[in-house]
Amino acid sequence: MSKNAAASVKKHTKKMTWYLLLMVFGFLFFAPLLWMISTSLKDASSVFVYPPQWIPEIFRWENYAEVFRRIPILQYLKNTLVVAIVPVFGQLISTPMVAYSITKIDWKGGKVIFPLILGTMMIPWQVTQIPMFSTWSRLGFVNTFIPLLLPSFFGSPYYIYLMRQFIKGLPNSIFDAARMDGAGELRILYLIVYPLCKPVLTTIAILVFMAGWNDLNGPLLYLQEGTKYTLSIGLQTFLTSVKQEWQLLMAASAMCTVPLIVIFFIGQKYFLTGISTTSGLK
Amino acid sequence: MGKGEISIHKKKGKMSKRQKRLTKWGIIFAIPWLLGFLCFQLYPICVAVYHSLCEYNIFKTEIFIGFENYRNLFNDPLFWKSVGNTLYVTAVGLPLSLVVALLLAMLLSRDVKGISVFRTIYYLPTIVPVVASAALFLWVLNSQYGIVNSFLAVFGIRGPSWLTSAKWTKFSLILMDTWRCGGMMVIFLSAIKAVPHEFYEAAKIDGAGPVKSFFGITLPQISPTIQFNFIIGLISYFQYFTQAYVFTGVMEFNNSTSMSGPKNSLLFYSIYLYKNAFINLKMGYACAMAIILFIVVAFVSFLAIRISNSKVSYDVE
Repeated sequence: MSKNAAASVKKHTKKMTWYLLLMVFGFLFFAPLLWMISTSLKDASSVFVYPPQWIPEIFRWENYAEVFRRIPILQYLKNTLVVAIVPVFGQLISTPMVAYSITKIDWKGGKVIFPLILGTMMIPWQVTQIPMFSTWSRLGFVNTFIPLLLPSFFGSPYYIYLMRQFIKGLPNSIFDAARMDGAGELRILYLIVYPLCKPVLTTIAILVFMAGWNDLNGPLLYLQEGTKYTLSIGLQTFLTSVKQEWQLLMAASAMCTVPLIVIFFIGQKYFLTGISTTSGLK
Repeated sequence: MGKGEISIHKKKGKMSKRQKRLTKWGIIFAIPWLLGFLCFQLYPICVAVYHSLCEYNIFKTEIFIGFENYRNLFNDPLFWKSVGNTLYVTAVGLPLSLVVALLLAMLLSRDVKGISVFRTIYYLPTIVPVVASAALFLWVLNSQYGIVNSFLAVFGIRGPSWLTSAKWTKFSLILMDTWRCGGMMVIFLSAIKAVPHEFYEAAKIDGAGPVKSFFGITLPQISPTIQFNFIIGLISYFQYFTQAYVFTGVMEFNNSTSMSGPKNSLLFYSIYLYKNAFINLKMGYACAMAIILFIVVAFVSFLAIRISNSKVSYDVE
């Protein structure tokens, strides 16, 4: 029937335009990353070539070796892992506790605390940064990792918010039944909240890890010896010292980026679905 | 009041045993955050207020000088320049990020084959560390060898000097921020997907086209999310620091620590604050800047929430 044929052609072109748009934007978004890899493999002379060359004539993997020679990347990587992983534990210990307290424990403080927590999100870090620095300095903890690790054991508003949204969606009956069976709150926390909240906990773990990995502010302030530098600070100082050797800059940047992308791909399923379940905002 | 349980013996003003137990555990579990709040937020804020009224440089003891820091700030042209730069980047960057994030989320909301690949690609820039992003964009926006200007050249457009002209430096940062709008996009995406299908079907029956259903159904339904992203974005743009810090750090190859970019075009509020505190060691002065920022952020957030609440439709909660 020609009417059906016309309708399916319309549907087909609609689909095609959708794909076209997706691909155009996909290319726009992906191109800079491709360009980064491409430049990182170029010879010093072919970096400054116009019009730009997308595929280098020779693949100079030596650029990466050169970066290794110039900066202690493995040392930086070690430090970055510390600064990224320890806070994950800190947050995973403190956040569920607090979120559970304000969501499913029926006490008066719970209603008051949550708006207060949200309110603290408005405090610019600049306000607390200087006093905290002088305090840590007086305690002798500047140039250690402590200022970067300790705060994570006390919970952070954004993650508490994410967990709270998720826990809110859990049926009250589970908790009531557990309490009626005589379970203490601590048991409920570990035997009910933690297992049921795996999706949001995974999301939070990934977010905390990435925040720690990417953090520039903290390390900038508190890590003053080259041996303690994280990748972010290390890359920053490398960039300012190496000036126009863009192929090395791109190689170093790629080295800081690729591990994250790999981790993201692995945890992607949990991560993207985790964000959608917790930010339904209903 | 109790969730599904009847407390028979509740005397007026006296908590039942159950209530006492719950309150005890409620407090215990909230202690991490409470302690953190007291030590890492309340205490520093009070100290910052005090220091803003002093001349303080961390090595000597502070000298109380009253409101002199605030008076000096008011007369400081760099202070006002930093305010202007920050407002510019907020006024241009925030709406742009919101719109692009929303459009991309709409694009990704259709479950065509291979959509997860595209979702990953659009989200990828957010994973790239800021320092690496900044280095990359400094290269991409290079006026002679960067791919942006060569791309524009294909259309016969002579690309501007993104990084050396005071007019364009902020916009270069905004471009990079827009590239990294994946975070907002993902939140929009989940909100869009949460809109019930029946709404769209009903609209289709009534003859509404895609544009009409977007403005009539999608937008109102996801308005709480738009509000959320807007407020969070606003708060974070006012504190704009890292991208600018890295940009200027790499730009200034002569190893100068002006941190301000060509003609102070990249001197943002937080950058100037940082400079005053950790380079000029005028910490009292910097604290005054911080307190002003706090008041402004609180006030603007409050206002923004109030205004957008009237436009947000919280129908079925």
